[in-house]
Amino acid sequence: MDNQYIDHAIILAGILFCLGLVGVMVRRNLLFMMISIEVMLNASALAFIAAGSAWNQAEGQIMFLAVITLGAAEVAVGLGLTLLLFRHHNSVDVDQLNKLRG
Amino acid sequence: MHQLWLIPGLPLVGFFLLVLGHGRFTRSLARLIGVGSIAIAALITLWVALDFYSPGAAQTYQVELWPWLTAGELEVSFGLYLDGLSLSMLFVVTGVGSLIHWYASGYMWQDPDYQRFFAYMNLFVAAMLMLVLADNLVLLFLGWEGVGVCSFLLIGFWYQDPANGYAARKAFIVTRVGDTAFAIGLFLLYRELGTLDLPSIMVLAPEKFVVGANQPTLIATLLLAGAVGKSAQLPLHIWLPDAMAGPTPVSALIHAATMVTAGVYLIARTHGVFLQAPDVLLAVAFIGLFTLLISGFTALNQTDIKRVLAYSTMSQIGYMFFALGVGAWSESIFHLMTHALFKALLFMTAGSIILALHHEQDIRLMGGLRRQLPVPFWCFVIGSACLVALPPTSGFFSKEAILNASWQLPVYGPWFWAGGVLGAFITAIYSFRLLFLVFFGAEKVQPHEPKGWQFHPPLIILATLSLVAGWFVLPTGDVLPSSPAGHPPMWTIVVAIGLPLLGIGIAYQVYVRHKWQGLRLAHWQRLRQFWFQGFGFDGLYRRLFLTPFTSLAQVNRNDIIDGLPTLLIQLSRFLHRLFSQLQNGQLRAYIATLASAAIIILALAISTVGK
Repeated sequence: MDNQYIDHAIILAGILFCLGLVGVMVRRNLLFMMISIEVMLNASALAFIAAGSAWNQAEGQIMFLAVITLGAAEVAVGLGLTLLLFRHHNSVDVDQLNKLRG
Repeated sequence: MHQLWLIPGLPLVGFFLLVLGHGRFTRSLARLIGVGSIAIAALITLWVALDFYSPGAAQTYQVELWPWLTAGELEVSFGLYLDGLSLSMLFVVTGVGSLIHWYASGYMWQDPDYQRFFAYMNLFVAAMLMLVLADNLVLLFLGWEGVGVCSFLLIGFWYQDPANGYAARKAFIVTRVGDTAFAIGLFLLYRELGTLDLPSIMVLAPEKFVVGANQPTLIATLLLAGAVGKSAQLPLHIWLPDAMAGPTPVSALIHAATMVTAGVYLIARTHGVFLQAPDVLLAVAFIGLFTLLISGFTALNQTDIKRVLAYSTMSQIGYMFFALGVGAWSESIFHLMTHALFKALLFMTAGSIILALHHEQDIRLMGGLRRQLPVPFWCFVIGSACLVALPPTSGFFSKEAILNASWQLPVYGPWFWAGGVLGAFITAIYSFRLLFLVFFGAEKVQPHEPKGWQFHPPLIILATLSLVAGWFVLPTGDVLPSSPAGHPPMWTIVVAIGLPLLGIGIAYQVYVRHKWQGLRLAHWQRLRQFWFQGFGFDGLYRRLFLTPFTSLAQVNRNDIIDGLPTLLIQLSRFLHRLFSQLQNGQLRAYIATLASAAIIILALAISTVGK
């Protein structure tokens, strides 16, 4: 990728990140929130790839691998928690799961 | 003399045994430990005394048991010191103490807390012996406080009655005033002399102090304040009459024979300092004189048999202070010894009467006990005769010696003598008023005399000792300064013997033959009331100290100083409530907050970088 395209890639990553953020904020279903988080993670990963390729550095790809691993771990734990929550409360609506208020 | 450490050690062991075995020992075993430890200590005292008197023996004996405190230059050892003065006190404490313990083992037999009683009594004797045998003033202070605590514990022995607890607290707090002054005096003494070792003080005080200078005067004043508190002298005397709330053997041991004379012992012990402060010595004499007169007048119309004896104790200790002040050092200790004997006798006799009348102490309800209680009667007669200083009882020898010495004093001498003789006259009236009211007149009650080997033998032994103690010679001559030489004119002796006899005569006319009723205080109600309340000292102190203190406490009920910490608490509680609003459990709100905060921080960071 040439240097001139980095702007496009970063803008795409930013749009994806914002979509994910909005998804996390507006969705009440825990499952969809996790999907949105996944989108945000991948947006940041895309930014790393773009930057790495723009400066011809390998660190960007390394960071991408790290982000993928992180995402896999997050999904594994998060899905497990979601499953348990559903079994306990018969619901995955985060607005109802507000027992931890001060 | 190497057995000396056993003398305070044995009562202490007795105390620990009784405390550790609380509730497990039978009464007989508790009695064996409680009385036995003191009795053996008395026997060891005799043994030590034999060593002391043996020809060629050293006249002082000092032994360091173990080092106690070491801080910088201050070194305080746990050491004992024996000389003529402490030996005399040892005789009194162990001798009279063991007789009183013997008597108490019968007197307290019915009490459910028999063992606790003897534990306290043994601890008291151990502390008193520590006080007497200490070779430095710090150890003496330990014993001093120890006897104070035991006095508190024993006055409030029957703690179920709140009045007794009040009396105990009063005694403790009032003496605490003196003790604080005493402690400050010790600090000053250490600063000036660099030591608190008693033999060293005796050597250093005359070398380092100028007679009448500020330092010795201040130190002696503070030590005197301690002595005044402990010995119930003016103006810290108000606790002793209330201390009679304790069991009668306690009154005999602590509040007549031993602890209250600790102040006299302290002044005699530190006479090296007092001799450098003649003004304070004069104050000692004045305090003694005023106390002996005021308490004498107060004793004239008390109605409680133990209170009469309490006021007479104050009055007799007044004589001892008086003697110290006029320079009759050995005579003062001699009077201490004779007083311990006859006052313990009087108290224990009073105890027998109280027990016979089922704990009745009001002398207006007694009368005609002469026939029903012959042994207490004769013991009381002997005790009263000693108290009044009738020749040839022991009280006569000691009091005459004091009065003669006071006559020798320059300038104030005859005045002091006159005050002392007036005190003796009042003593005669109030003690024989007591005797006549209790033992003569109509029989008002049917007593049940306590009999047995615990009751009569100690009384008879003490009565005998009181009669013959006038011929004892205490080994204080080498320790204390000699009294003023010379003989007063003959007529003073005649007056000093005659006035008490006149007092007895007046008491006889008024209280037995019911003549001269105009002399009865009942006709002067206001004066009677004033004297009855001990010259209004209690009321005065209530108005001077208690009322301001309690009203101040009322004002400060909500603790003004406490407001600042409370404000902090209020503030943090308010902030807590404020911020806990944020934690609403809404996960999406958290995320929104997080995102907006991140945006703001990013924006700030970018705008800063741009510049």
